[in-house]
Amino acid sequence: MNTKYSTRNETAITAVSRNVAKRSNFQRAIKRLLSNRYNIIGSAILLFFIILALFPSLIAPYPPNEINLELTLRPPGGSHLLGTDKLGRDILSRIIHGSSASLTVGLGAVCFSFLCGTTLGLIAGYSGGRLGDTIMRIMDALWSLPAIILALAIATVLGPGVRNIILSVGITFTPAFARIVYAEVLVIKEQVYVRAAKSLGASNFRIVFFEIFPNTAASLVVYGSLMAGQAIIAEAGLSFLGIGVVAPQAAWGSMLRAGYAFFRIAPWVSIFPGLAIFLLVLAFNFLGDGLRDALDVKLVETKVG
Amino acid sequence: MFRYILRRIYQMIVILVIVSFVVFLLIQLIPGDVATALLGEGASEKDYQLLREKLGLDRPIYIRYLKWAGNMLRGDLGHSVINKFPVTQLFAQRLPYTIQLAVCGMILAIVISIPLGIVAALKQNSVIDASIRGFSTFGTAMPNFWLGLILILIFSLWLRWLPSSGMTSLSNGFFKWLARMIMPAMTIGIRFSAIVVRQTRAAFLEILKADYIRTARAKGVSEFSVNYKHVLRNALIPVVTVIGLQLGRLIGGAVVTEMIFQVPGMGSLIADAVFSRDIAVIQGGVMIATLGVLGINFIVDIVYGIVDPRVRTSGVRKSR
Repeated sequence: MNTKYSTRNETAITAVSRNVAKRSNFQRAIKRLLSNRYNIIGSAILLFFIILALFPSLIAPYPPNEINLELTLRPPGGSHLLGTDKLGRDILSRIIHGSSASLTVGLGAVCFSFLCGTTLGLIAGYSGGRLGDTIMRIMDALWSLPAIILALAIATVLGPGVRNIILSVGITFTPAFARIVYAEVLVIKEQVYVRAAKSLGASNFRIVFFEIFPNTAASLVVYGSLMAGQAIIAEAGLSFLGIGVVAPQAAWGSMLRAGYAFFRIAPWVSIFPGLAIFLLVLAFNFLGDGLRDALDVKLVETKVG
Repeated sequence: MFRYILRRIYQMIVILVIVSFVVFLLIQLIPGDVATALLGEGASEKDYQLLREKLGLDRPIYIRYLKWAGNMLRGDLGHSVINKFPVTQLFAQRLPYTIQLAVCGMILAIVISIPLGIVAALKQNSVIDASIRGFSTFGTAMPNFWLGLILILIFSLWLRWLPSSGMTSLSNGFFKWLARMIMPAMTIGIRFSAIVVRQTRAAFLEILKADYIRTARAKGVSEFSVNYKHVLRNALIPVVTVIGLQLGRLIGGAVVTEMIFQVPGMGSLIADAVFSRDIAVIQGGVMIATLGVLGINFIVDIVYGIVDPRVRTSGVRKSR
């Protein structure tokens, strides 16, 4: 009888411990993510904008480019909730249609700079020596440029359009990722598990991508989220200066610019697109802050050389 | 110390050379060359070849780079493609406004962010701390141009306290100057302080946990003395570095802010140049901005080296 109980207990215990083991780091991170209210607010706002960007025609009350010269510069209220612009276009509808441009540029630029910056940072940090030095010197040089001025110069050369803005903002943000990864790799490559992998005969490729890279992921996720917000501001800034996403495609930055000329008589034409930019960036900031707490990341960046 | 300065100067030169090369390459990427831009569409092939020879465009790329870099070293950044003025002269006229704006913005940012950062660190996890961190999160999410417009809306259109645009020289009277400077400076300063307040808070929290602070407390040093003599001095060093390193962002922010408030500074010059695709001016703008950022970083590095001898030997410092 006793033995029977103990066996039963043991099975229960193994089952419990197996369950604990099953709950991976990933699941625990998700759980911590959901217990953080910044994350929840951030994700909710982000989700809201993603839905707007995916189904603009279903949600927007008017077509974004429908001109109505009888209703120009109408203040908010009535049939046009956020008012109309100088051509009588509905501002709310244009904001809804503009969300895809902002999201595409924000996420696209971060993906681009993440891919380039991480690869460069991994190579520079792992190989070290002259190659690493050269890469990081170039990254330092790019990083010392005022970001928006560099993006302006690149965008002027490439010309306007979503793809080119992603490229120019992406290139501008690349050194930021390279520097973060570089600083992390320098620490991680001295860890015991990396040496163990090396002594087991793992190839450099395997060590870099399977041993080192996953350990930089937490910082990169946090940093990526914060940078996505900054990329959206950069896109809006470029569109505001007239070289971002071009008319007739609705983009928040260019809407703001178009309203600037009438700011004294119709401030809402500029204020609402700006509010949209602010909310979306805020969502990424909340998400970044929440992820930082949940993943327990301390962003350390080392100035090289 | 002398070797440290030499090393910094060497590094600065390396960065400048790389940036100049990148900037030079950028122009080469433009479809069509300067000759086409100058002549316009209807020019004959012969005129085009003549102008190309005159401008030296038929020579190999490295010779053109060396010539361009040589001219730049002599302070010749070329001529504006649009109005033919020397680029150096154009920037010399505009620079004072941008420098004034940047300095005012930075002073404002320091006045706001350092006290807030200290309070947040000392009252960690309190309501005050949470609201100061909230200010930082909101501040970094706010685009410069939008913040500027809101300030105009409140102070110029609703309250009618301040003029909404334009800039005047200090010689026309301090208050006249201040009335036009305060909103652009706030636009730059608030965003900048949102970044710096975080650094200040983090730096203070790190120092507050240091062993020597615990030792000081254990020795019975008064709380005031611990905070002001031990913590403040040590924590301000990384904060000053961060401010120096973030100056590039401040200058970048000035471009859009100048557009909003119609300040005739370097930023609006670059923005106009972007609009008319005046490559010589954009190129000059990038080089001058880089030189400015590197120069300030150099000064910060030297000051840092004097204040903290550890930096001189290791050459590595923490930032961000």
